Amino acid sequence: MTRLFLALAVLFLTPHSAFAAGFDEMINTATAPIASAIGTFVFFKITVFGAQLPLVVLWLVIGAVFFTFRMGFVNIWGFKHAIELVRGDYANPDDAGEVSHFQALATAVSGTVGIGNIGGVAVAVTVGGPGATFWLIMAGFLGMSTKFVECTLGVKYRNENPDGSVSGGPMYYLSKGFSERGMAGFGKFIGTFYAIGIFIGALGIGNMFQSNQAYVQLNNVTGGMFDGLGWLVGLAMAAVVFAVIVGGIKSIARVTEKIVPFMAIFYCVFALIVIFMNSAAIPEAVSNVFTGAFTGEGVAGGALGALIIGFQRAVFSNEAGIGSASIAHAAVRTNEPVTEGMVSLLEPFIDTIVICTITAMVIGTTAVAYPGFAGDATGIAMTSAAFKTQISWFPIPLAIAGMLFAFSTMISWSYYGLKGWTYLFGESDKGQTIYKLIFCAFVALGCMVQLGPILDISDALVFLICVPNILGLYILAPIVKKELDTYMSKVNSGEIKKFKKA
Amino acid sequence: MTGNFVVAVDGSPGSERALKIAIDLAKPANVALTLVHIIEWSPFSFHTPDELAERHGRREEELDRAKEVVLGPAEAAVKAAGLNCESVVRHGHPAESVIEIAVGSGASQIFIGRKGQSKMGSLLFGSVAGSLVQVSSVPVTVVP
Repeated sequence: MTRLFLALAVLFLTPHSAFAAGFDEMINTATAPIASAIGTFVFFKITVFGAQLPLVVLWLVIGAVFFTFRMGFVNIWGFKHAIELVRGDYANPDDAGEVSHFQALATAVSGTVGIGNIGGVAVAVTVGGPGATFWLIMAGFLGMSTKFVECTLGVKYRNENPDGSVSGGPMYYLSKGFSERGMAGFGKFIGTFYAIGIFIGALGIGNMFQSNQAYVQLNNVTGGMFDGLGWLVGLAMAAVVFAVIVGGIKSIARVTEKIVPFMAIFYCVFALIVIFMNSAAIPEAVSNVFTGAFTGEGVAGGALGALIIGFQRAVFSNEAGIGSASIAHAAVRTNEPVTEGMVSLLEPFIDTIVICTITAMVIGTTAVAYPGFAGDATGIAMTSAAFKTQISWFPIPLAIAGMLFAFSTMISWSYYGLKGWTYLFGESDKGQTIYKLIFCAFVALGCMVQLGPILDISDALVFLICVPNILGLYILAPIVKKELDTYMSKVNSGEIKKFKKA
Repeated sequence: MTGNFVVAVDGSPGSERALKIAIDLAKPANVALTLVHIIEWSPFSFHTPDELAERHGRREEELDRAKEVVLGPAEAAVKAAGLNCESVVRHGHPAESVIEIAVGSGASQIFIGRKGQSKMGSLLFGSVAGSLVQVSSVPVTVVP
């Protein structure tokens, strides 16, 4: 703690480019081995069919498949009901003024749609080839079921605090749910493990990765104007995040939350335009996806390699299996936990099946039409280059959109991480401020480190929390299935009715 | 026999004048009044996870404050005039909610002040009174 403050103080006192570059290097060299060690531990690999399969990815894949079957393919038939719920067809007028399904969905999506939808996908395609796109979509599709289970449990086992606020999430459903099943001690341990995991993990996926890629694109777009000034951009971003989460200047967050959906639509519209401008390349790009998915030519580990990276980046993007969305959904004041599970089905759909796929197709069709378009660029720089081939000015709005996506994700994840922290250390204001300061520090840090170590450490931390979470989902799945069946019979019998507008 | 009068109140001078006129018109025929206060809210808005978690508590606060600050004094004025009175506070779209309540209770008239406490946005994009006049199926009296 002291070292961190000391480091920050030194940073503030000597804003010197050469020192900062040295500082960057220092951080880089310090984090790389740690990232590597955590990564090796979490991503313990076994060799299957010539591919290096991380056990944790296997854990996720099996989980998603299992939940899809166990919940009777709710990710297919539940879709329509989810839309009806979000539209307000089942909204009781007496509940007006409480958190609506739409609001919970919008908040959760705002948190998940981050810079991974733009940059992470590029990484997937670089490492896993075009076939990774297919597995990305599969992961999104199957992940809908995982999200369903998580968010149903999140609502079912939340804490309603005396001041009227709500606290929910995996740490609660793991500890409470397990104790219901007679495993109280284990549940408490797992809940605590998860809480630690998420408040640390928030610093990666919801923080450093976002600020890093936002900075990279900003630098890219301004022609390298911010080269070596990562610390400056980082501090500026940290200051804004600070203003919102510590200073309580909600107006900034409110504006961002409102703009993000429009930026997402704007991004998708232009991505579709680029795809259609490359329409001649679409058939080949699509066939590349399928051949890559099943033969994986030229990809390390073949088709399995494509699958692994597709799943990894999809989970990173839509957070299915991480349990974070259940924290947002727990706030909805409903008597039917299943309704939130249903609504959350839409998140991996929107995030991965729609937005990530669109990004992948932009890159895919550009790769066919303009081979070598990206040069050495990876991550968001590659996506930017793809857009640039058709719309030369697009990298600029992309930088703005990226910044906003990153920012809204950081705000959401600061909240998720905070919930993990308060689960462990209580709701004291001082404690919360400490975590928020740590969070802001990492926002700045993210801009000073290279993408490589950040991705490694973010991946490792995030997947670490998937392990206890999915274990919990397996054990609590029968409870969810029972809730689902009860709920659906109520809906079909008309006990849960639609409220038709006059 | 006329059905009850619905009066939209928000504590502004405009709504106080509307209430006064409604009371004056209701007295001779001893018509009952339904006082309505709508807290502007939409299910389709965007929030941070923080705000969602606090929402329930804040909703209770908003309802309590509305009953105390806005409806309390208005109710007192109606009762002082010797008329029957009912109060409703609800979250939602102001114009639509008033109409829903009016239709639901079989009201014969809606009273509303022309200018209320509404935010700058309403001034630019139209007032509740204006929307009401255009959409209502119940006669509307707009009091300047």
